[in-house]
Amino acid sequence: MEFLNNIFVYIAQWIRETLAALGFTPVWVEMGMGTVYLVSILGVCTLAALFYVLWERKLAGYIQYRPGPNRLGPNGWFQTVADAIKLLTKEDVVPCGADKPVHLLAPVFIFVPTVLALAVVPFGKGMAAIDLDLGIFYLIAVTSLSTIPIFMGGWGSNNKYSLLGAMRAVAQMISYEIPLVFSLLGVVLITGTLQLQGIVAAQSNIWFVFLQPVAFLIFIIAATAETNRAPFDLPEGESELTAGIYTEYSGMKWALFFLAEYCNLFIVSAIGVTVFLGGWQGPLLPSWVWFLIKTHLLFSFFIWIRWTFPRIRVDQLMNFGWKFLVPLSLANVFITGIGVYIYYNGLGW
Amino acid sequence: MKTQTYTLNLGPQHPSTHGVLRVVLELDGETCVGSKTHVGYLHRGIEKILEDRTYPQVIPYTDRLDYLAGINNNLAYVQTIEKLMNIEIPERAEYIRVMLSELMRIASHMVGIGIYIMDLGAISAVFYPFIEREKILDMMSHLSGSRMTFNYLRIGGIAHDLHPDFKPALDQFITEFPRFIEDYHRLIDENEIFIARTKKTGAITAEKAMSYGLTGPNLRASGVNHDIRKTNPYSIYDRFDFEVPVGENGDCYDRYVVRMKEVEESFKIIQQAYKELPNGPVMAKVPKLIKPPVGDVYHQAENPKGVLGCYVVSDGTPKPSRVHFRRPSFNNISIFDEIFIGHKIADVVAILASFDFVLGEVDA
Repeated sequence: MEFLNNIFVYIAQWIRETLAALGFTPVWVEMGMGTVYLVSILGVCTLAALFYVLWERKLAGYIQYRPGPNRLGPNGWFQTVADAIKLLTKEDVVPCGADKPVHLLAPVFIFVPTVLALAVVPFGKGMAAIDLDLGIFYLIAVTSLSTIPIFMGGWGSNNKYSLLGAMRAVAQMISYEIPLVFSLLGVVLITGTLQLQGIVAAQSNIWFVFLQPVAFLIFIIAATAETNRAPFDLPEGESELTAGIYTEYSGMKWALFFLAEYCNLFIVSAIGVTVFLGGWQGPLLPSWVWFLIKTHLLFSFFIWIRWTFPRIRVDQLMNFGWKFLVPLSLANVFITGIGVYIYYNGLGW
Repeated sequence: MKTQTYTLNLGPQHPSTHGVLRVVLELDGETCVGSKTHVGYLHRGIEKILEDRTYPQVIPYTDRLDYLAGINNNLAYVQTIEKLMNIEIPERAEYIRVMLSELMRIASHMVGIGIYIMDLGAISAVFYPFIEREKILDMMSHLSGSRMTFNYLRIGGIAHDLHPDFKPALDQFITEFPRFIEDYHRLIDENEIFIARTKKTGAITAEKAMSYGLTGPNLRASGVNHDIRKTNPYSIYDRFDFEVPVGENGDCYDRYVVRMKEVEESFKIIQQAYKELPNGPVMAKVPKLIKPPVGDVYHQAENPKGVLGCYVVSDGTPKPSRVHFRRPSFNNISIFDEIFIGHKIADVVAILASFDFVLGEVDA
């Protein structure tokens, strides 16, 4: 049990010792470990995307009374692989009049914030590539970068639908960044630390979803908007903007955007689990299994939302964000602050 | 700051134009400041083709007008010819005609509602009505061998009597359908986002609706109680007990509500007709070669999309001299250019979807 719980920690330790035994200086050992971390993060990222693309299709099929993909492999589980191969072999179309470098780089850049964010996510006990003291701050800073590649894609395509989608994306992602940050601040106020492992450790008795229910709700809404998923899928807005920012993307470039969407949702679920749902804490099973189970459930919840609600309109989106979510999250931070003060200092009389 | 409007071509290939409608929007940011609707991308010249067909040969062409409700188109045409030739048709045929028309009304509204909600972004909501529609299309394929282009009605009756498989299928449909209606109301009616998107969107006053010649659910949503089945009963509609649902504000929400209620009323008619279905022949005595007397006749029927008028001029030969259809979708969408203005792109899509038009009928 103990071994299973720490299996990945042991593997990392073993690689580190092997590298040291091979006679590398400590600097090179660190460099080697960095590479190992990067490769494993990329692995997690790709596997999560491949798995969740299929899982979403399966779940959507279940919601819509249809089987979903069921042809390739056992129960259709190899469908995504086949799709990826098909997309890889497709012709790479660049529309004439497109801003070529911007158009080509956007799908590459969209993975940068994704990989950067995964670096600090604690997958289990002692299982974070880097356990930054400023974990949450870093996460927020890094995930907000994802606005840029989306705008690049919309602008570089030289298409009116794409441009409209890009304008919507920027407005939406910047507006919903604020309630997202404030919803996490409540937890930071309670724990007094920005370190993600510290936040997980602080939830050993009670999950923060029970102490901060409003913040969790705000987080779910803002996270859905941040990842551009229904009911906030305005940048893509299939029935309005054909495919929004992705209109001119095809083949592997489109697939990269598509996979990044699932990676982003995976990260958002992981953050939600870490901050509100007790992270990797849980009885009996190894910590990383608990983390994956919780992330999977939260992810499935996002899928359920997506396949149920209609899309909100762009002005309603702005009104909802600025006139409702921002004041509510501010009030939540304020009340949490008062509560924390009273808890530590008493009422002062 | 100096801003500039720009033109956006919505269609003819676009997920929400339901075929090949083309709307050229003049946009200021996201807001529509001007609009021009272009039709004709699906024009097949049906009316001209019909001048070279015999009277019974016209029937399959009518299936292809509003291809979501073929029987209703069949009915409007065959009744026009029956009116011209003074043919009395057997009771049983009348009942079957009404029953099938109302089934097709349900099928058509299932598509209309489903696609409408889907265009608002709730993709799953299209699947549940389509399951119900599928049951109806299965029944129809038992009868006519075809799922959408039936060619089942004849001048003087119907092609042949009900298939043995039809009755069990209809029984099953009658027991299962109320459950669907209930579930769908629970899913959509009080959904906050749906209400926010549709209430006060694309509102049409009763006067404006009438002046543009709107008919069907789109007119009734504006509060005008006009249904040919009640005001000018054709076939045997005067024998059934049903209401005509009417809206208040004429906005997108009312168009949804009116359609949902209409489905329930159609369901009532089907149950009544099924219960009272008499026995007997299904075809009247009509001459082998149909040669109506010289003259012209206009007949109109309440189709799922609105009033389908059929005008036939006969010169005494076996081929009509002129056939004209007043296609409800064509008249309905004439109001688009006016009501789009001032709405966001998302609203334009919502209005397009809420009108439930069929391009086969718009262009003919």
